[in-house]
Amino acid sequence: MKTKNKFEDFKPNWVLTIVLILGTITVFFPLYMAIIIAFKQPSEMTNDVAGALAFPAKWSLDNFKQAMEVTDFWNSLGNSLLITISTIVLSVLIHSTAGYAIGRAMARKKIFRIFYLYIVSGMFVPFSILMMPLVKQTAQMGLGNRLGVILLYVVFYMPMNVLLYTGYLKNLPLALEEAADIDGATTWSAYWKILFPLMMPMHATVAILTALGTWNDVMTPLVIMSGTGQNTLPLAQLNFQTQFGTNYNLAFSSYILALVPILIFYVICQKQILDGVANGAVKG
Amino acid sequence: MKTKMSSRDKTFWAITIPVLVLFFTFNTLPMIKGFIYSFTNYRGYGSYDYVGLRNYIDLFTDARVGKSYLFTFKYALSGTVLVNVLALIMALGLNSKIRFKSALRGIYFVPNILGGLVIGYIFSFFFTYILPALGNALDIEFLKNSILASEKYAWIGVLIVGVWQAVAMNTIIYISGLQTVPREVYEASMLDGASKWREFWAITFPLVMPFVTINLVLSTKNFLMVFDQIMSLTRGGPAQSTESISYLIYRNGMDGGQFGFQSANAVLFFIVIVAISVFQMTVMNKKEEQL
Repeated sequence: MKTKNKFEDFKPNWVLTIVLILGTITVFFPLYMAIIIAFKQPSEMTNDVAGALAFPAKWSLDNFKQAMEVTDFWNSLGNSLLITISTIVLSVLIHSTAGYAIGRAMARKKIFRIFYLYIVSGMFVPFSILMMPLVKQTAQMGLGNRLGVILLYVVFYMPMNVLLYTGYLKNLPLALEEAADIDGATTWSAYWKILFPLMMPMHATVAILTALGTWNDVMTPLVIMSGTGQNTLPLAQLNFQTQFGTNYNLAFSSYILALVPILIFYVICQKQILDGVANGAVKG
Repeated sequence: MKTKMSSRDKTFWAITIPVLVLFFTFNTLPMIKGFIYSFTNYRGYGSYDYVGLRNYIDLFTDARVGKSYLFTFKYALSGTVLVNVLALIMALGLNSKIRFKSALRGIYFVPNILGGLVIGYIFSFFFTYILPALGNALDIEFLKNSILASEKYAWIGVLIVGVWQAVAMNTIIYISGLQTVPREVYEASMLDGASKWREFWAITFPLVMPFVTINLVLSTKNFLMVFDQIMSLTRGGPAQSTESISYLIYRNGMDGGQFGFQSANAVLFFIVIVAISVFQMTVMNKKEEQL
């Protein structure tokens, strides 16, 4: 697809390029503002535009150090990583296997088609309708904690991921499994040895979509984990609002700290993320 | 062969049943419970009675609920239209013969990976301090007070943040749509001497129509469920003028002693979301067929 033909080698549209470059100000400005404020001292925050947007007198990391202490940064980061990574691993394993079993079986058995529609229709269920009963239910089951949040994510992302996996499996020929069948492999081992590795591109898409959704989610940990004293990274920003008080510099240091991990992840996996998002939406 | 097949089926059942149990326990069961609670006057604690359709009747006379539906619809409609128009323009730009294409695409996607809550806090400062300071410096009356403090305009602040974050996602989807349009089609229209404007409406738009459907359904659903930005920008204020349905259900259902009543609200909200999604998909499918 990327082969350039004569048509594409036509001279680039510089006017449009410059307009689009200038347009990135809309992306950079809020981030610039946040970074500048994060480095400043409260005394530097005068009431005019320059007070907020001019460079700080000195670039010091003191605000960040203080923000880390106030918001228990490392603990929140650890919780966010634990929840997101566990959700991704479980989702890839469980949803791909479920997508495989349901997808293959529904070609021949109507009941599995019903199971498929039952799970996929869960995409339309807003969290609001589940929220209140789930808070009670998870508390009763001893799941009003990080484990509960992980479990809920695995369930919430199941409709989208099962849809993606069954869609992808349609392109993988049955002959692959039949060959393994003749070799005497069980369906189970043939799946893990042959099909699971073949679904790698879809695993990447699922992992990325699930990761972006869970990493930034506020509502689920907010209602499920409240009372455990544990925070995720976004939740910490909410729960420590009162402690920031009017010290915006401290607050912004904390916001920057909360944004940095996902930005690093994005810089490293940018291509996969953009592909994954496009893939997921188009297939879904 | 017969026994072999049944062992294959056994494996499928063995995988599917636990998955179904898990899904039922944490999705269907709470939904059923929510439905049952919606017929009670449960406050979230203590004893409760069944009140029949009382909550549902009250929903339609409750001013605060009405206000939250109005705000949410206004927000979702403006957001969806704005996001899709902007995203389509952005996609056309980012898909044309420009330099630094992949870097630009990468940069424009950044708002989408950042969490709505933290972004809300950052913009909240911008609306509360920077814009009014700018208004004072340039003597623009409209900007002198924070728009987030204005009952009339606060929703626009929330809208700006929502759109800022959502455009990126739809742009990426439109770009992949534009890439499905074969180059030969454009070469042909170029030879015919069709203007760019005509080319867009006659060729590009009909061909990306399926992507318009995806984007409309996705963005409507996301805007209808807005929560994080409300939490960090306005907390529903001023005077409940920016209280979204999700936020109201959370606020009054969890802490406000309206567990039963807000459950009814959630059931109604669920029906509304399904109805809108189904409506969009059927209308758009018809449009696609016509083209």
